Amino acid sequence: MDWVNSILQGILLGGLYALFAAGLSLIFGVMRLVNIAHGDLIVLAAFLGLTITSTFGLHPLAAIIIVVPAMAVIGYLLQALILNRTLGDNILPPLLVTFGLSVLLQNGLLEIYTADPQKLNAGAISTANVALGPLYVGVQPLLMFGVSIGVIASLQWIFYRTALGRAFRATSDNAEIAQLMGLNKAHVFALAMALSMAVVAVAGIFLAMRTSFTPASGPGRLIFGFEAVIIGGLGNLWGTLAGGVILGVAQAIGAQINPGWQILAGHFAFLVVLAIRPRGLFPRVEH
Amino acid sequence: MLEARNLTAFYEDFQALFGLDMTVLENQVIAVIGANGAGKTTSMRAITGLLPSSPGMVRWKGQDIGHLRADQIAALGIAMVPEGRQLFASLNVEENLIIGGRSGRSGVWNLSRVYELFPVLGERRHQAAASLSGGQQQMAAIGRALMSNPELILFDEISLGLAPIIIKQIYQVLPDIIGGGISAIVVEQDISKALAVADRVYCLSEGRIALEGETGSITREEIFHAYFGV
Repeated sequence: MDWVNSILQGILLGGLYALFAAGLSLIFGVMRLVNIAHGDLIVLAAFLGLTITSTFGLHPLAAIIIVVPAMAVIGYLLQALILNRTLGDNILPPLLVTFGLSVLLQNGLLEIYTADPQKLNAGAISTANVALGPLYVGVQPLLMFGVSIGVIASLQWIFYRTALGRAFRATSDNAEIAQLMGLNKAHVFALAMALSMAVVAVAGIFLAMRTSFTPASGPGRLIFGFEAVIIGGLGNLWGTLAGGVILGVAQAIGAQINPGWQILAGHFAFLVVLAIRPRGLFPRVEH
Repeated sequence: MLEARNLTAFYEDFQALFGLDMTVLENQVIAVIGANGAGKTTSMRAITGLLPSSPGMVRWKGQDIGHLRADQIAALGIAMVPEGRQLFASLNVEENLIIGGRSGRSGVWNLSRVYELFPVLGERRHQAAASLSGGQQQMAAIGRALMSNPELILFDEISLGLAPIIIKQIYQVLPDIIGGGISAIVVEQDISKALAVADRVYCLSEGRIALEGETGSITREEIFHAYFGV
C-alpha cells in the first residue's frame, strides 16, 4: 500500500510540475524562446504572493486573484520592452538575456527578501485530507492537481478555440506572413508571455503553499519544468501534463526506494525518455 | 492609389532595389514581370512593409506608408498572396481564411463568398491547410487575402509551381476577383499570362525598371528585350 500511496502522491506532485512547465511550453511553442529565467519568475510570483498575503492578510488562494494579473502585466512588459528585441534567427541573444534576467531576479529578490526560506501558510487546507478507499490524500495536492488540469484545459481551449489562439498558432507558424494578416508580431508575443506569466503566477503560489522557497529556488523549478516539457513532448500541452506526472511519479518511486534518490530518479527518468524518444513521448505533430 | 517613388530595399548590406517608381490606379491591374532575382518579390515585400523602406517612398491614397509596419499596412487594405502560398500549417483551411479577415474591414468578401468562388475549400474547410494540394493551397491563399476585403491585392508568383490546369483555373477566377473593384499587382514569370490580365506592365531587371507601359502600347519584342536583357 505504501507503493500505491507513493505513486499517487507522485501523480499529484506531477500536476505542480506541469504548471511549472506549461508556461515554458507555451512560450517555446509560440516564439521558440527558451526562457532561462522561467524558474526565477515562478519564485518572483511566490514572493509577490508572500507580500500580498502578509500585507493584506489574504489567504494564498485569494492572493492568486492579484498575483495572476500582476504577473501577466510583468510578462507583457518584459516581452514588449526587452525580449522582443532579442528574437531573430540567432537563438543565443534570448538565451543570454533570460540568463541575465535570472541572475538579476535572484539577486534582486535576495536584496529585498533575504536568503531566509519562506512559505505561504495555507491554513487548514494544508493538513486536510480525504479518504480514497484505504488511502488518505491531501486536499491541497488534490486541489493543485485539479487546478493544473483546469489550467492546461484552459490553455488548450485558448489555443484551439479562440481568435487569440489562432493568432498564437499563425504567428508561431510564420510570423512574417502573420503580419500580412494584420497581426502585430510584437503584441502577439507579448500576449503569449502575459499568458505564460499568468500560469507562472498560479505555479508560484502553489509552490509557496507546498514547500519553502528562497530567492535561489528558481533554477531548480526551471529544471523540473524543462524535464516535464521534454518528457511530454515539445509543444503539446496535454503532453506537458503527462510529462509532469511521469516526473512526479519517478521522483516518488525513487524516494520510496531511498529518500535520497527522489530528485535523482526524476532526472534518470528524463534521461531515459530523452535517450529513447528525443522529441518526447507526445510531441506536437508538425505538418 | 498606390505610389512608389524612388523605392529602394536592402537585405542587410545588399541592395536589391534601386529607385523603383510604380503607380497603381483604382481598379487597375499591374503586371510585374522579370527573371529570377530581378526584384519582383522584393518590391512586393517593400510595398507591404515586410522589408523596411524609408518615409515617403510608398504612399497609399496620398498617405505616407513607408514607415508603417506590415500589419498596419495590411489594415489599410493592402493584401498579399505570398510566393509559395505560405498557409499557416497548424491551422485548418477555415482558420486560415478567418485569420485573413481579422482586420475586420467591411466588404463583400466573407467565408461563404470565398467558398462560392472556390467550392473545394468549403468541402475541405476542416482539413489541415498543409494537407491540401498545391492548387488548393493557392486558392486558400487567395481566399485568405480576399477575406481582408482589400482594395489592393498583390499576387506574388501566382502560378509558380502549379500544374498548367490549376494555373488556368486560377486565371479564370482572377477577373471575378478584380472585377469586384479591387486593384491588383500580379507578379509573374509567365509573360503571356501576366499580359493577358494586366492594364499596365513593369518589367524589372536587376532591381530596376527596365521597361514600363500600357500593355497595348508595348511590343513583345520590347518586353523580351527588357526581360532577358538582349
